[in-house]
Amino acid sequence: MTDIIAPPLSRRSLLHVTGLSALFIALRPMALLAQDASPQRIVAVGGAVTETLYALGAEGRIVGIDTTSLYPPSALKDKPNVGYMRQLSAEGVLSLSPDSVLVSAGSGPPAALKLLEEAGVRLVTIPDTPTAAGIIEKIHAIGRATGSEAAAARLASDVETRFAAVAKARETVTKPVKALFVLAMQNGRPLIAGTGTAADGMIALAGATNVGAGFSGYKAMTDEAIITAAPDVVVMMAREGLHADPDTVFANAALSATPAGAARRLVTADGHWLLGFGPRTPEAVAYLMQAFYPDLPAVKALSASEHLPAAAGR
Amino acid sequence: MGASPARAATAGVGVTLAAALQRRRRRTAFVFGLLMLIVAATSVLSLGLGAVPIPPGRTLAALWTSVTGLPVDADAARDSLVILNIRLPRTLLGLIVGATLAVSGALMQGLFRNPLADPGLVGVSSGAALAAATVIVLGERLLPYLPFAVLPFAALPIAAFFGGLLFTSVLYGLSSGSGRTSIATLLLAGVALGAMAGAITGLLTFMSNDQQLRDLTFWSLGSLGGATWTKVATILPAFIPMAIALSFLGRSLNALSLGEAEAFHLGLPVERIKRIVIVVVALAVGAAVAAAGVIGFVGIVVPHLLRLAIGANHKVLLPASALLGAALLLGSDILARLIVAPAELPIGILTAAIGAPFFLWLLLARRRMVT
Repeated sequence: MTDIIAPPLSRRSLLHVTGLSALFIALRPMALLAQDASPQRIVAVGGAVTETLYALGAEGRIVGIDTTSLYPPSALKDKPNVGYMRQLSAEGVLSLSPDSVLVSAGSGPPAALKLLEEAGVRLVTIPDTPTAAGIIEKIHAIGRATGSEAAAARLASDVETRFAAVAKARETVTKPVKALFVLAMQNGRPLIAGTGTAADGMIALAGATNVGAGFSGYKAMTDEAIITAAPDVVVMMAREGLHADPDTVFANAALSATPAGAARRLVTADGHWLLGFGPRTPEAVAYLMQAFYPDLPAVKALSASEHLPAAAGR
Repeated sequence: MGASPARAATAGVGVTLAAALQRRRRRTAFVFGLLMLIVAATSVLSLGLGAVPIPPGRTLAALWTSVTGLPVDADAARDSLVILNIRLPRTLLGLIVGATLAVSGALMQGLFRNPLADPGLVGVSSGAALAAATVIVLGERLLPYLPFAVLPFAALPIAAFFGGLLFTSVLYGLSSGSGRTSIATLLLAGVALGAMAGAITGLLTFMSNDQQLRDLTFWSLGSLGGATWTKVATILPAFIPMAIALSFLGRSLNALSLGEAEAFHLGLPVERIKRIVIVVVALAVGAAVAAAGVIGFVGIVVPHLLRLAIGANHKVLLPASALLGAALLLGSDILARLIVAPAELPIGILTAAIGAPFFLWLLLARRRMVT
């Protein structure tokens, strides 16, 4: 829920009525206590934030995570879960006694974040842009917020190098394949990724064309529009309960009538790995490129360690 | 000693009636006492329980320092903040919203003379839901074009409140003519308008992205989680008309339960009563929905439970509904924040989980009574 901001006067008069003004004055100095550059009790909100913190070796300092923190899988097992990133409970987060809360941009609600700041917790918003530059920016911001600038610089330059490698391979693509990202099959109706989605960003990074263009977000596309779009390859997430195998997917009349259906070209990968826009994203891009362009020498040359068949399963 | 046998018989009936009335009065007094006790207990629990473990002594100390303004150490300051800035406004919001929903339900059931009426019938909920969905899905695109500056996170409750009021006004206009309001038209037009609002809300849902979809879902399940002093203070005025109307509406609704014409011939200003009920319900429910989202079933369950316990006299039913509604919502909220701590369940899940089985039982019981 969101908050209503009243004019300052009414707020002040309310505080007098409830006798709380003394408390507010008493709490002011507390906000200064938590300015430590190297926080020891961190609550991480946002999948990429948690993943990056683990990659920076800050795992031991994390005292809580949110429901979107799916990687590494041990995070949700080992750490208390404070709920969905846009529906945080101020008291729930405070109960973990954090000194810093790192929230991915878009977390909320604002009232809960404001209460955390009032309680003297250092609140850092980590930018979240689904591009290669966005990931680098994210890593540096998390490094600054946790006092691990050196480790962050190493991780960022490593990610940059790997992005540069896939970018170089991308330049050799002369005829981009047409890709269609299927988020889910609702009653046999595919839910397709349009513009502005993480899947759209990944398809672009992998040097392909997203034929789910013309609408934003994830939408159900009609059968005829799918046939007209004529994708060469279908991309899906592999996850439990979702039958992402060619037999099931191309049983769909529309998908089977596309070039992808004729060649039975289906690429599957772990959803968080594919769409998380964290430190592992260059690997996911390389994986997509090798699936899209198996015959391009530059793509084949992408280092083998970047191809993670294990991650494709789960 | 010369009383005739007939007079003695009448006196006998009178004595039994008086005894029955006294029994009912005693029972009502008992139920009221019990309800007040429950409200007090849930309020204390609501202040004392939460994700942050705070011993009862600390809770009292925090409340005490807020009055005296004594200096506090850092640990106590955190506890004070949790209790005074999180749990106290949340408890107040729960009391107000719970009481509002239950009283509105009782008022609607009295006005429509229909046991299944709920506060949503005057269009407040569908209007508020439509406005909220508009802000969630189109907010970022629409805000820059507004002639006045609205803080992004204040936009939703404000829109929900006025959306609810607007819908009720339209509905009232549709069902009123030549100084009369047709309750039947109000009911049916409400269904039609609700369907229209549902269609547009559905369209907005279709247009939404993943985040907006999750926001919509959470909003439609309600939560007291965003309670702050600012919020409580801002919505408080919307509940005052209902609190005032409570004192005189009980008698009017009792008369109305005989039928509109009958109540009119008893000298009741029927049209004015209808207007008052619709306005106070729209204001209060609009504010409740704006502050806490859509919370189902409190409005239907609470008045029915109380009718079973103390009868259908609105003079006692309305205040009793306020007490039980407040207690039910606070109780649900305590569970909502404890079950999955440090995360929180949407409160609508809990009120519906408690309310829906009861509602089914009620429907079945009514059917058995008919057959």
